Amino acid sequence: MNGQLPRWVDYGLIPLINVTIAFFVAGLVVIAIGENPLDVVRIMLRGALGYGEGVGFTLYYATDFIFAGLAVAVAFHAGLFNIGGEGQATIAGLGVALVCLALNGQPWWLVAPLAIVAAMVFSAAWAYVPGALQAYRGSHIVINTIMFNFIATSAMVYLLTHVLKPMGQMAPETRTFDVATRLPFMKDYITPLGYDLGQSPLNLSILIAAAACVLVYLLIWRTRLGYALRTVGTNPTAALYAGIDPKRITVIAMIISGALVGLIAINEVMGTHHRLFLGFTGGAGFVGIAVALMGRSHPIGIALAALLFGMLYQGGAELAFEKPTITRDMIVAIQGLVILFAGALEHMFRPALERMFITARAATA
Amino acid sequence: MELFDQLINVLASTIRLSVPLLFACLAGLYSERSGVVDIGLEGKMLGAAFAAGAVAAVTGSAWAGLGAAIAIGVALSLVHGFASITHRGNQIVSGVAINFLALGVTALLGQAWFNEGGRTPQLPGSARFLDVTLPFADSLRDVPFLGSIYANLISNQSIPTYAAFAAVPLTWYVLYRTRFGLRLRAVGENPHAVDTAGISVARLRYAAVIICGILCGFGGAYLAIAQSAGFLNEMTAGKGFIALAALIFAKWRPVPAMWACLLFGLLDAVALRLQGTVVPGIGEIPVQVFQALPYILTVVLLAGFIGKAIPPKADGIPYSKDR
Repeated sequence: MNGQLPRWVDYGLIPLINVTIAFFVAGLVVIAIGENPLDVVRIMLRGALGYGEGVGFTLYYATDFIFAGLAVAVAFHAGLFNIGGEGQATIAGLGVALVCLALNGQPWWLVAPLAIVAAMVFSAAWAYVPGALQAYRGSHIVINTIMFNFIATSAMVYLLTHVLKPMGQMAPETRTFDVATRLPFMKDYITPLGYDLGQSPLNLSILIAAAACVLVYLLIWRTRLGYALRTVGTNPTAALYAGIDPKRITVIAMIISGALVGLIAINEVMGTHHRLFLGFTGGAGFVGIAVALMGRSHPIGIALAALLFGMLYQGGAELAFEKPTITRDMIVAIQGLVILFAGALEHMFRPALERMFITARAATA
Repeated sequence: MELFDQLINVLASTIRLSVPLLFACLAGLYSERSGVVDIGLEGKMLGAAFAAGAVAAVTGSAWAGLGAAIAIGVALSLVHGFASITHRGNQIVSGVAINFLALGVTALLGQAWFNEGGRTPQLPGSARFLDVTLPFADSLRDVPFLGSIYANLISNQSIPTYAAFAAVPLTWYVLYRTRFGLRLRAVGENPHAVDTAGISVARLRYAAVIICGILCGFGGAYLAIAQSAGFLNEMTAGKGFIALAALIFAKWRPVPAMWACLLFGLLDAVALRLQGTVVPGIGEIPVQVFQALPYILTVVLLAGFIGKAIPPKADGIPYSKDR
């Protein structure tokens, strides 16, 4: 199918056209509200990149989106759609909070490795069940991961209102962790060097996110498992003939996917809010779908898409402040448009472009 | 007698709570029976609810609200159809896109147009579908048992509620007793055969998603202008997904779909009823158990532990003439 098109068109031009259209339609929504889209872009860019604190917030949001995007991408490579990142990250928050509360007061560098393991194990377990049900019982993974999102929410509401909430407190949230146990903010390191990150919650998790990008790249394109993953994703029957067990790979892909998205809990619970509360994921698990589609499931693309969505989130916050008619829901709408044009309609322009290239080639030949 | 009244109360709220589920579930049934997976029911219903609330508030007419809701439901369905039928895109991705689009745009426009924190203005009774009292309901109310059932369950519901339950036998008839229904079922199982018979696969599937949009429109309108007096942010609250679960539970058949929606409505009604009360011998049952139950049941059913739910064979697979 993509034999006729050069790689730069396939991986560069088509995604660019699709995302441009998504933003164009978003601009129409802004016009419908009665604002000037160019004004909106200017305010958002200034809010996201114009000063140190804004940059810090942008990168802090991007951290979540990298984890979520990588998780969706790993599943995509194995031909699976993990729509349950939100629920998996929620359960990961439970693991992180339990470790941090059990070791409350201990230095963060001692707690962090355990918390990371807990985050990954908890959310991998939550992803394992739909994965195994898909592989061995044939239930559809999309439906099951949706169901598991809701079950995770209900379980978390129960735990926070009945079990984890300190006595005599109204708000359904855990105790706040000791200062020593919190993952350090980047501003503590960067601001003294002369770049003011302000009060942004950017923390060490961003380094974990960067490492995760590299590791996922190596996993997918440089290991035997990654090869098996991609083979199953492309053609499960061929994989079977090549001696790869598609069922096993399905389960492994979901475990890896779940483990990755669980790291959102490190950024949010241990790094930013220092306690567990309802909805700490802030929808980041879902943003991963748009990020992975936009980034074409490649870590570099995902990092760039995550950065763009980080800018949207931070710029959107600034926008809501300056133009009260445009609330942060704008970002959710843009998210939908990106998923629509970069995902569901990704092939809309391909036939036209193919024709163009074939005529161009015929003309030069 | 008091126990009986309580039972009637719970059943009455069961019916009310199951109506949006039933509309969305039947909507999904048409779409999925034709081979188009739809996880965008939630978004379509939300968009329709907003349209109903907004238009009813501006025009003061419930019927105009319903019309707008249907228009938006169909418009979003056509987006889904354009992506998944015309361009053979991933149907799940398209459904996810519609959910986010509706969530974002309704909240955004709600705030920008009405400036009430995302809700549409409170509707007067004249701009809503109010409960209808059927003939003799009041005079028969005092007849033991049957009178109460007639007056409180069968009477005293809104027009969309009757429409929802009327849609069940209608859907059954369309699906199993008409030529269109036969073709619809065929196109979801074996589109190549339908194509070979000289019938357009795309046209059938578009018809199915348009019906789906109309029913989502009814569901949204019910939420915004029958059950409530206006649109609220995120007012579908996962009902589109519960409807999807009910559809699986019903194994993609209309009459079982009604029972599944009533069951999930009952769970919701019982949860509301039991909130904070202590059951003797068990203690306080957490509401969350009832909230999670539809989802847990669906997972168990899908896994084949209590019967097997097998979707239409071509569900989710874009059709292309070349094999």
